[in-house]
Amino acid sequence: MNVAVAVDDEVRYEARPSGSEAGPAAKRIVVGFGFWVFLLSDIVMFSAIFAAYAVLTHATAGGPSGAQLFNQRSVAIETACLLASSYTCGLMSIAIASRRYAATYWAALVTFLLGACFLALELREFAGMIAIEAGPQRSAFLSAFFTLVGCHGLHVTAGLVWLVVMMAQVAIKGLQATVERRLLCFTLFWHALDIVWVWLFTVVYLKGVLS
Amino acid sequence: MTLLGKLDWSAIPLDQPIIMGTVGCMVLVIVSVLAWVTLKGHIPYLWRDWITSVDHKRIGVMYLVLALVMLLRGFADAIMMRTQQALAAGGAQGYLPPEHFDQIFSAHGTIMIFFVAMPLVIGLMNFAVPLQLGVRDVAFPTMNSISFWLTASGVLLTNVSLGIGEFAKTGWVAYPPLSELQFSPGVGVDYYLWSLQISGIGTLLSGVNFVTTILKMRAPGMSYMRMPVFCWTALASNLLIVAAFPVLTATLAMLLLDRYLGFHFFTVNASGNPMMYVNLFWVWGHPEVYILVLPAFGIYSEVSATFSGKPLFGYRSMVGATMAICVLSYTVWLHHFFTMGASAAINAFFGITSMIIAVPTGVKIFNWLFTMYGGRVRFSVPVLWTIGFMVAFVFGGLTGVLLALPPVDWQVHNSLFLVAHFHHVIIPGVVFAAMAGYNYWFPKAFGFKLEERWGTAAFWCWFIGFHLAFMPLYVVGLMGMTRRLQHYDVLAWRPWLLVAEAGAVMILAGIICQIVQLVMSIRHREELRDTTGDPWNGRTLEWSTASPPPAWNFAVLPQVTGIDAFWKSKQRERTQQAQSPKERKFEPIEMPKNSAAGFVTAFFAVFTGFALIWHIWWMAGAGAIGIFLTMLAFAFRDEEEIEVPADQIARFEQAHQAEVAV
Repeated sequence: MNVAVAVDDEVRYEARPSGSEAGPAAKRIVVGFGFWVFLLSDIVMFSAIFAAYAVLTHATAGGPSGAQLFNQRSVAIETACLLASSYTCGLMSIAIASRRYAATYWAALVTFLLGACFLALELREFAGMIAIEAGPQRSAFLSAFFTLVGCHGLHVTAGLVWLVVMMAQVAIKGLQATVERRLLCFTLFWHALDIVWVWLFTVVYLKGVLS
Repeated sequence: MTLLGKLDWSAIPLDQPIIMGTVGCMVLVIVSVLAWVTLKGHIPYLWRDWITSVDHKRIGVMYLVLALVMLLRGFADAIMMRTQQALAAGGAQGYLPPEHFDQIFSAHGTIMIFFVAMPLVIGLMNFAVPLQLGVRDVAFPTMNSISFWLTASGVLLTNVSLGIGEFAKTGWVAYPPLSELQFSPGVGVDYYLWSLQISGIGTLLSGVNFVTTILKMRAPGMSYMRMPVFCWTALASNLLIVAAFPVLTATLAMLLLDRYLGFHFFTVNASGNPMMYVNLFWVWGHPEVYILVLPAFGIYSEVSATFSGKPLFGYRSMVGATMAICVLSYTVWLHHFFTMGASAAINAFFGITSMIIAVPTGVKIFNWLFTMYGGRVRFSVPVLWTIGFMVAFVFGGLTGVLLALPPVDWQVHNSLFLVAHFHHVIIPGVVFAAMAGYNYWFPKAFGFKLEERWGTAAFWCWFIGFHLAFMPLYVVGLMGMTRRLQHYDVLAWRPWLLVAEAGAVMILAGIICQIVQLVMSIRHREELRDTTGDPWNGRTLEWSTASPPPAWNFAVLPQVTGIDAFWKSKQRERTQQAQSPKERKFEPIEMPKNSAAGFVTAFFAVFTGFALIWHIWWMAGAGAIGIFLTMLAFAFRDEEEIEVPADQIARFEQAHQAEVAV
């Protein structure tokens, strides 16, 4: 968007415009803001699934409950991986801002590996539950559990694919404005997944183990 | 048959003459249009200027074309239902078997809400909002194109269900447990779910796009309280899209998991909870009502101010009422099912909130009345629709307040009284507004006005036909007739249903008048030509540029100093001599490049959706990979923008100024 402004006489009597009168924002701001709005919508989707999970927590149909199924140690490691990956993702942002390619790749690699570890642990948890006949078809509670946690897992998977694509873009196109804006969106996405996980950890695992 | 999943020849209802006749006609029309386009050599033009266009004005026009075509389909369903109910009383069975009638009322509701009302509203927002904001496009032009084409994908899948397989027989809300695999084993519900999921993604992206556009891209000087009211209502509507559509996506995804993977969200066994679906559905569904009706209120505001030659009465209260409705719309969802059996306290809460939300709506009605009061009202076609709306909507709103009383609601729940009520608010509220907006902005889009006489005739046919069609339904509703009856034994209902049938025929006459209006207007476009760009003596920025506007909308972004920016600048020009365009300096403008990403993504989305409906897993995987590769190709393209040279802009501006001077 070109921000050419008329230099007519009629403009001059105006004092310096306040924020809301400044005209179209710069592209970086527009993109970042738009992605924030998308993230909000994503969080609304999660909240619908959270609500369903809350309604169905006790709908175990005689099957196992959360307290019987959840393995706190594995979940603790998962959480550590994801939070650490957010930190390395932040390091990546710093590297990008100072145009250090090698540091960018390294931070991205560590972020990717931590994310992949998280996913592997989550899949192991799922496989273990399915093996003891506690799959999503067992009860409404387990349907909601697999959907909520699985939806977050799908987001992490999408994030990993996105990260690989972005690194390919950095390698091929360099850190040009478009690529940089996309990386900004990626980091927002990755941090948002952490926020969702903190909620998930609290509502699903902590409350599940306590009850 | 595993290669094609559940699909085989029995999916095509060859034994149903009505369906096969309709499918035959549709195929014939599509094939002949395609053949005509190909033979005339229009395909390169269509591809370049429309299909791959990321221009918000063209996308808006495509939304409207899509909506008007689907209006014909949805109306055909409506008149079939009215005819069935006019016939099938007592011993007579009518001409539609129950399983077909059930698909018709489900398809009618789904199509009218998702594929008529939504594209009408989103199309008008697409066309008008960036122009009113005084900017060159929406925030994310390519994503806008993707949104449109995903909506079109949903439309296509719904229509494919007519010829291949079946549509849902569950009503447009698809409540479980009826919509679960156990009770609806066919593909009908799957068609419903996948069309809505695919088009829902498109709608969500539109919402993100418009919220960003309105909040971050306004002409210099246009602070929030200087935005045209239509932009305010568009903002409220899109905020609701962003906050409500994800709930629908999640809810339908849960139902999909139940149906495809044996989950138990809403099943009757394994502790599933069907009422949870109903709650979640209306957490989306009630804001959806306001997603549709708020932009409509915006259109009425623009029309009543413009054609009264006065500024809108109570701009601030209009903005306040809009945002109040935006928030309150989340507090009323339970009134759709007071009969669920929640406690009296809960029902009372939702009953009261439902009545409160009528207050800001009443504020708006008074604002429009006071805008017209003392103004020089020109009774042009958009004004007729606006006044017709005010008359009908007040009545429809009042029946809504009646329904907000839980004890009354228990009596008329799911009766034709309810059907009459929601048609009474949604037809005047949304369809009349879309017609007003269509007549109002048509000259801006195409450079010539729509013919007035046929437009007036269309309005009267619609207005009278609408009342004939729905007033009797209040009566039979109070007499105890429930909705969705394929056949009934109470002969006392029949006279009323015959009147309703006459009303439907009258609306058909209205639709025909509109088609004639369009054809006549195109034929007489030279007499109806508007060279000024401002045929209605408008107040907002869209009227300050040429009709049709150039791809870049404004050669120089307008400088805004108050509400009704264009009106102000016209008044200023009257006192001081305007600068001649020759002295102006133009700068080259960067415009987004065309992109086939939307069309190609939608192609693969249809492919994937169809495969998922019929359990053709390899094809679904291939489609998903196709979408991913399309996105990848888009992400790696080198040029995103093209530059429009300054002399091209200067030439266009000079030509436009010369036309205005004549």
